[in-house]
Amino acid sequence: MSINWITLFAATLLASASQAESLKMAVTTSFYNSGLSEILLPEIKADIGLDVELIVVGTGQALRLGEAGDVDAILVHARAAEEAFIAAGFGTHRREIMYNDFVFVGPSDDPANIATANSAVAALQGIAAAQAPFVSRGDDSGTHKKELSLWAGAGITPAGRWYRAAGSGMGATLNVASGMNAYTFSDRASWLNFGNKGDLALLFAGDPALFNQYAYIPVNPARWPHVRNDLAMQLEGWLTSEKAAALINAYTIDGVQLFTFNATAP
Amino acid sequence: MVILPLTLTAATAHMRGKKLAGPVSLTLAQKGFTMVIGPNGAGKTTLLRLMHGLQRCSGGAVTWAVPASEAREKQAFVFQSPIMMRRKVVECLAYPLRLRGVPKPEARASATACAHRFGLGALLESWAPLLSGGEKQKLSLARALIIEPEILFLDEPCANLDGRATREIETILQDVQARGTRLVMSTHDMGQARRLAQDVIFMHKGIVHEQSDAARFFSAPSTPEAKAFISGDIVE
Amino acid sequence: MSDTGNGFWEAWRLILSLDPDLYEIVFLSLQVTVSAVIIASVIGLPMGAWLAVNRFRFRRYVIAVLNALMGLPPVVVGLFVYMMLSRAGPLGGFGLLFSPSAMIIAQVIIITPLIASISHQTIRDLWAEYHDLLISMNATRAQRMKALLWDGKRALLTATLAGFGRAIGEVGAIMIVGGNIEHITRVLTTAIALETGKGNFAFAMGLGLILITLAVIVNLLIHIIGKTERASTW
Repeated sequence: MSINWITLFAATLLASASQAESLKMAVTTSFYNSGLSEILLPEIKADIGLDVELIVVGTGQALRLGEAGDVDAILVHARAAEEAFIAAGFGTHRREIMYNDFVFVGPSDDPANIATANSAVAALQGIAAAQAPFVSRGDDSGTHKKELSLWAGAGITPAGRWYRAAGSGMGATLNVASGMNAYTFSDRASWLNFGNKGDLALLFAGDPALFNQYAYIPVNPARWPHVRNDLAMQLEGWLTSEKAAALINAYTIDGVQLFTFNATAP
Repeated sequence: MVILPLTLTAATAHMRGKKLAGPVSLTLAQKGFTMVIGPNGAGKTTLLRLMHGLQRCSGGAVTWAVPASEAREKQAFVFQSPIMMRRKVVECLAYPLRLRGVPKPEARASATACAHRFGLGALLESWAPLLSGGEKQKLSLARALIIEPEILFLDEPCANLDGRATREIETILQDVQARGTRLVMSTHDMGQARRLAQDVIFMHKGIVHEQSDAARFFSAPSTPEAKAFISGDIVE
Repeated sequence: MSDTGNGFWEAWRLILSLDPDLYEIVFLSLQVTVSAVIIASVIGLPMGAWLAVNRFRFRRYVIAVLNALMGLPPVVVGLFVYMMLSRAGPLGGFGLLFSPSAMIIAQVIIITPLIASISHQTIRDLWAEYHDLLISMNATRAQRMKALLWDGKRALLTATLAGFGRAIGEVGAIMIVGGNIEHITRVLTTAIALETGKGNFAFAMGLGLILITLAVIVNLLIHIIGKTERASTW
């Protein structure tokens, strides 16, 4: 097909002249919006000659892309959903790579007074009690699932005009919160890298319940023979290497470290 | 193959239930210059279009000496308001030849020669829709004749033209007829009819009232409508 | 709004610094949309002409459906193409999802009805003019269509341009089927959506101004190259 020839031609013109293999990986918007991939991808390319094509979607959609065999591997942060994915035979295994935490951001005058809360659950109770506007991811992502589990822990079913489901990725949701001057629940990395903070500020963090683990799952070649499992394993090897550890731990924004590497032997 | 004579047998034309013309029965022989005359709304245009095949025959028959599809190839029509293609004059002239499979360079050469014959030589590269009325009609005539038709229909070609253009066209037509092309032309200009006609078809209210040679028609018309028309009265 | 002002300067900075990422995105945008417009024109222009010239029993219904298809929401087309091209879908074996080809397919589906509809309306008017002449000249159906398409080329250019305008600004469908993958399927519109989502409004605005300029330049180029600007009866 002549169209593919043009694509090929353009790709060879614009991409670096290399024997690069390519791999499709679905990653969460939370991961992408941190900016870490811009550091890692060129290193991956240089070290193992692999072009990682990132499809940036919410965790829910990433898992569905894996189920459909449209990607070779996924990087998400929703443990329960990940284990279900593997149990159903769509993924071979999960490998923890790094973690960070979730935070609450909100209007700097903090009408719901969550800065003084002593737990994440208490913070949410404060917001619900004050009926302060709160924007939720609402997109079945890892962040969204974590938020819902916290509401469940607080014994509250959030509903009402103050609770707004954006149905969007992390950046878009932060935009909405910024525009409405509302509270929202975000991962720290996306927040730090976000360019439109407006009047929002980071108000609450540190509760162990806000722990956010990212894991890597290769799509199961037994289920989808066409996936590049060889490349996926190569990538896993790199992501759990000492070099990756150094790069991840060294990634900071405004002097703050965003992720902590915690991969162990498989 | 010779497509004439043309015979109409009780031919009628309808549009949306309304009768436009007919029934008409007549025969056109191989030679001659026929003028179709009559008041406005008499059905002159319809008759010409019926003969040429532009108007469908709703009753009766239109019969050529050869099958209709073959007959089409040797006919041409000049419309009252010239239909100009959005092209250059030389391309307009070459088009009928190109339709017949004549290769482009040959068609262009013939078109150029033809244009000169009709006095359009200076306008070869002009944009056809921008020509004057007289030039457009001359082009239409040239375009019709370039395929060397056996019979040429003309529907009031000079109706919208000035005196000079009219004279030029009439001169061409007489020359063309002399070379053997059968001409059938409608007009409401009595002077033009007298000048050009060899035989006359007089129409009124959709049917043919008289058909005879010109001399006899103009000196002694047989129907009262024809008499009235020739003397310039209103014919109802 | 300072973001608009920043956007303007950001745009110039990107263009003048010959930013390779920017030019890659621009090249990809043009490649995808121009390919789609060419394919859609090859399908749509003759389709419109054929509909204008041929009478058949269901003609009115076909034309009505064609005009209705113009109102297809692009994002729905994207969803449909996505489900077709996904590995789990019927055409998954071709591996076209998340590639420029998928984006071209989606855009072709979106703009072909538009191009065909404008072509049909244009040719129908021209056919009304040429009808008696072409029938009198005994032109075959194919010859008639050829003459109409050629003589109507200036107005048909409008159809192509309309298709281009619709495609270059489209974002929903190509985001879904392309995946907005950096270097592969990230084009101007999806990049704008991405940067806006990151809160980088100045950069997004810069891309936006470039997109507008691009559309205007291509428009002008086509008119000049066509050399069809004449003081004619059009």
